[in-house]
Amino acid sequence: MSSEQKILSTGGIPLEESLKQAEKKNKIKAFLLVTPLLLFLIITYIIPIADMFSRSIDDKMVTNMLPKTYKAMEQWDGKELPPEEVFKAFYLDYKILVENKTAGKLQTQLNYEKNGFKSVLKKLARKQKKFEEGNYKEQIMKVHKRWRNVDYWRAIKRRAPAYTYSKYLKGVDMYSNEDGKIVQVAEDRRIHRILWSRTLEVAFFVTLFCFLMAYPIAHLLATLPMKYSNLLMICVLLPFWTSLLVRTASWMILLQQQGLVNDFFVWIGLVTDDNRPEMMYNKTGTYVAMTQILLPFMVLPLYSVMKTISPSLMRAGKSLGATPSVAFFKIYFPLTIPGIGAGCLLVFILAIGYYITPALVGGASGTLISNQIAYHMKSTLDWSFASAMGLMLLTGVLVIYWIYNKLVGVDNIKLG
Amino acid sequence: MALPKYTEPHYRIWHYFYLFICGCVFFFLIAPLFVIFPLSFNAEEFLVFTDGMKRLDPDAFSTRWYKDMVYGTKNPWGLAAKNSFIIAIFATFGSIILGTLAALGLSSRHMPYKGLIMATLISPMIVPLIISGVAIFFFMAKVGLAATHLGIILAHIILGTPFVVITVTATLSGFDHSITRAASSLGSNPFNTFMKITLPLILPGVISGGLFAFVTSFDEVVVVLFLAGLDNTTIPVQMWTGLREQLSPTILAVATCLIVLSILILVTAELLRRRSERLRGINR
Repeated sequence: MSSEQKILSTGGIPLEESLKQAEKKNKIKAFLLVTPLLLFLIITYIIPIADMFSRSIDDKMVTNMLPKTYKAMEQWDGKELPPEEVFKAFYLDYKILVENKTAGKLQTQLNYEKNGFKSVLKKLARKQKKFEEGNYKEQIMKVHKRWRNVDYWRAIKRRAPAYTYSKYLKGVDMYSNEDGKIVQVAEDRRIHRILWSRTLEVAFFVTLFCFLMAYPIAHLLATLPMKYSNLLMICVLLPFWTSLLVRTASWMILLQQQGLVNDFFVWIGLVTDDNRPEMMYNKTGTYVAMTQILLPFMVLPLYSVMKTISPSLMRAGKSLGATPSVAFFKIYFPLTIPGIGAGCLLVFILAIGYYITPALVGGASGTLISNQIAYHMKSTLDWSFASAMGLMLLTGVLVIYWIYNKLVGVDNIKLG
Repeated sequence: MALPKYTEPHYRIWHYFYLFICGCVFFFLIAPLFVIFPLSFNAEEFLVFTDGMKRLDPDAFSTRWYKDMVYGTKNPWGLAAKNSFIIAIFATFGSIILGTLAALGLSSRHMPYKGLIMATLISPMIVPLIISGVAIFFFMAKVGLAATHLGIILAHIILGTPFVVITVTATLSGFDHSITRAASSLGSNPFNTFMKITLPLILPGVISGGLFAFVTSFDEVVVVLFLAGLDNTTIPVQMWTGLREQLSPTILAVATCLIVLSILILVTAELLRRRSERLRGINR
């Protein structure tokens, strides 16, 4: 057979061609199997998360409340008091809001922009019922002398843009002031930065504690004979399968002032009976409960890596003259690093977004950034701020996830 | 683990110290679960061990909180349990179907963009629940599924599929593809091959993934808190409310039931794992 003569498959098509076709067919087949889940996740999950971004920069609330005012303000340069049309438009807009009883939202929003705006607006709401037609500028200015101050009108105008990154600034305790410069908020109001640093701190220390506690027991589980290690494995797996709320509830019972942990401290004489320390509703509670809850997530990856390390390696090291500690640090420990990386990143990612446990045992000083997001979702209803903070948190988590993927690979995650 | 006779004394001490540390950690892991059990039989309304309980006085124990859980007036647990089971069962089946199909595709060596797709499919497990909760709430509100069972089931399918994908992919990694080819060469159509050959072999992985999905749904509270109305309350949501407002021993009775349930799930999962390893010929 000469080299130019093509090998033909049964249909008379060149073999190369028909193999390529089969390959393509298989590719499509594999892709079709993944498609239902992929589409489902993209529609119900990925797009909504992306949609959080548009929500976080969307700021049409005030613009929608004062449509006429903003239209009239387009001509105004903001240097002196606005002309009569603006006053009239504002009066008409505000009248509708007061009648619909939705003026409160506007008052709060404008008060963010300029302190003291709320009382001025409230007074206007009471007085404007007696307004006569015509010359609204005079009438409004008569209600409160602050309406003569151009700063208040500038505040309204500044609030106009439909898109804003102010929520992101607020998330790190900054805002853009009257001159459009980005500045920090007053020192006593920088709550978000405290929350971010506390979240990182808690996630870091919980990861550290988990690592320090998980390493010895994973080692023990990996080296014990099967029949003992299976029994001890239950101690790791039972908490793993138990409801998070059940485990949090048990910590709430243990850590309360009349709880067993305090009873024990009194019994061994560490503290006196009438001087029992508060261990719940603060950071201590968050640390203890989160460490216990996340510990299995550290033990399992460490165990699965340690299981593959042959004990003969350590024996070889020792027979060549290494002391047990040298053999451990030079041979065993480096081999477990993939497991350490997997466990630490997993626990850190889980800890950084923790919500339930800090909310129940954390009190005021032990809550994390997730709790703040939930608070704005459920209580203040400032959804765009909640979205902005959620996305800031998500960015952090995705960076860690990316590192995790590079180091360990997501397809290497093992469960149980 | 017995030490050899020639072990030096200081190493011997170190070894016992190491075992002691391990014992403490195991105690720390498991002990909190067993506090709940005796306290749920407390005759008093307090969540502390009364003097009577410490003396093991039979009068200090009662099953009144279990009765309250089942028959109590205005009690939410019946409805919550019904909702929890309905939602978890449907979510589990949804996750199993979607997740197994995707895992089959992902395990094919012909799959393009494997890494990227895998990362996308697993993302609901990695993204913090609070963010998933916010995003899913916005979506469900938009399509009018907030405060419906269907909305919560769909949300739990999102959260449950990563587990099925992971466990089934793991089972398929040791799968011998020549047997499916053998089936095809003997004239079986792809559907039959899947039902008769592939599925029985990967079933342990599918079921254990399903167990993860079930537990995830049954235990999930963050997303349900955003989505649920009064009619869709679940056991975790009721526990959350109870723990925030007042800790009553009825919650501990419920918690004890949940611990028993998790023991059952643990045993099932362990049996499945062993069966899967036996089937795939992995001997350890």
